[in-house]
Amino acid sequence: MPIPKGPHLEFEQPVVELSMKIEDLLKNSEINAADVKDLLAKKDSLQKKIASKLSAWNRVELSRRSGRPYTLDYVQHLFTDFTELHGDRYFGDDPALVCGLARFNGQSVMVMGHQKGKDTKESIRRNFGMAHPEGYRKALRCMKMAEKFHLPVITLIDTMGAYPGIGAEERGQAEAIAKNIMEMSVLRVPILCIVIGEGASGGAIGIGIGDRLLMLENAWFGVISPESCSAILWGDSSKKMDLSETMKITAADLFELKIIDRIIREPLGGAHWDPEQMYRILKGVLTEELEALNKLQVDALVEKRLNKVTSIGQFAG
Amino acid sequence: MEWFRKAKSGIGTLIKRDTPVDLWVKCDGCKEILYRKELAANKYVCEHCGFHFRIGANDYVKLLMDEGTWQVMDTNLRSTDPLKFTAKKKYKDSLHDAEKNTGAHSGVVAGIGEIKGIKTSMAVMDFRFIGGSMGSVEGEKIARVLKRGLQMKIPSIVVAASGGARMQEGSLSLMQMGKTSAIIAQLHKAGLPYISVMTNPTTGGVTASFAMLGDINIAEPGALIGFAGERVIRETIRQNLPPGFQRAEFLLEKGMLDMIVPRKQLKDTLASVLSHFI
Ligand SMILES: [Zn+2]
Repeated sequence: MPIPKGPHLEFEQPVVELSMKIEDLLKNSEINAADVKDLLAKKDSLQKKIASKLSAWNRVELSRRSGRPYTLDYVQHLFTDFTELHGDRYFGDDPALVCGLARFNGQSVMVMGHQKGKDTKESIRRNFGMAHPEGYRKALRCMKMAEKFHLPVITLIDTMGAYPGIGAEERGQAEAIAKNIMEMSVLRVPILCIVIGEGASGGAIGIGIGDRLLMLENAWFGVISPESCSAILWGDSSKKMDLSETMKITAADLFELKIIDRIIREPLGGAHWDPEQMYRILKGVLTEELEALNKLQVDALVEKRLNKVTSIGQFAG
Repeated sequence: MEWFRKAKSGIGTLIKRDTPVDLWVKCDGCKEILYRKELAANKYVCEHCGFHFRIGANDYVKLLMDEGTWQVMDTNLRSTDPLKFTAKKKYKDSLHDAEKNTGAHSGVVAGIGEIKGIKTSMAVMDFRFIGGSMGSVEGEKIARVLKRGLQMKIPSIVVAASGGARMQEGSLSLMQMGKTSAIIAQLHKAGLPYISVMTNPTTGGVTASFAMLGDINIAEPGALIGFAGERVIRETIRQNLPPGFQRAEFLLEKGMLDMIVPRKQLKDTLASVLSHFI
């Protein structure tokens, strides 16, 4: 297993060092895999130990870790015949949210998701995965197309939020998100939503209302990022770690609150340690989930979704 | 989430009405000193500059509904503090303070009444209740009253005043966007009118759900309406915002609103619009 490229997170440093040591030893032609068996076992148990102690903030860090698969990585490895579709037909195309036709296990689907960049240049082009109204309107256009041609919709959520800018406000960021949420609640095809990294606020649920909401083990989902919440309350990001716990943004917390339907396991150390394994795991889960949704008759599907969406909330009286 | 700031800055905040010391009020629009009695008679709109002071949820009920027709719903719903949220202040304490200040258990007043004889379901948000933020109870009350409108086949109105999602309820708050919008989808399918009235301020997840989904979107003059908060935008783009940015007049110009209606004409306008639909 290649060691993921840096910058490494502080808590993964010991594993990185041990992995490098193993790698160095293996470079020596006189040493074979059997000789480093103990070290590999040690690495494994170290990684398990770290995984068991991850704080909510650590998971936020993992969700943003460079090398973590993004939407187009999953599209490339889980789907075939991907054809990207561009433009909202009103104003422009938004590279921060990609949409396209593809096949999943041979079945035609509409797949879409927020897309971050892998280097500075691409990050800027993709606006760090923060979509403008055009992105949400393109997504809706593609969802309506999916409805017309009876294709299931799969959305991959990975955003720090919908972009907060002048143009975005002028062109109706709020209206675009609102319309998506409303239309997704009654779209007459299956919708499967997966939080693969960051799932912040309206920007996330703008493509996040569906029959099932799944979440990767180290993703986070919530109304605001811990840093922003800290900034609002204390004027700086100093309380982000505590707030990550308080705000209940991890997959485990959200499963308990019945916000998400399923937690998807990641490879040891996180998706970036073994992307290939991550693709296999997600493909398995999506296969199961889509098979179940495909079986439902469309009226029953929509009714079930409406019940699910309208029953979230906790109160007394 | 901008309500923290807004609440502090006190733009258009209505000083408690029953305190005798507040006989006079300074207008946040033109700085003129106004006699409270006259201001109240003028629906809390400054007679000099037209500034709309913020009013409570029940004030809107009184303003819009025919006398004696209002039947309030779900007044007993209250938040359970599902996250056991404690940050700078305990959510429980915020709730307690808000209940004391407003005499209500939540930031939404909902019910059925008549607007010039037209039976209508209506929810009104109250900014004084934790910045009008949308928690589970607020979302539920709006959803329930809209559903009632759906069952009774009558028009629905939501009067928004909100800083957006309620951080103290985390993603439960976020999901109220889905809950309310899903019912509005059904109103549209059933051919029933839904009118959104946006007052100062309407921001965040509230704007990005039911507030922008009206057949008709109406705003009060000068109301702050937007998705992202001013501070967040300024920090993101690192430049100053154009004058009038995110005000009702700006949104009208950008095509997001059907009209801006001064408070005194709101009831007549709603009745007139609804008369075309029923
Ligand atoms: Zn004035």
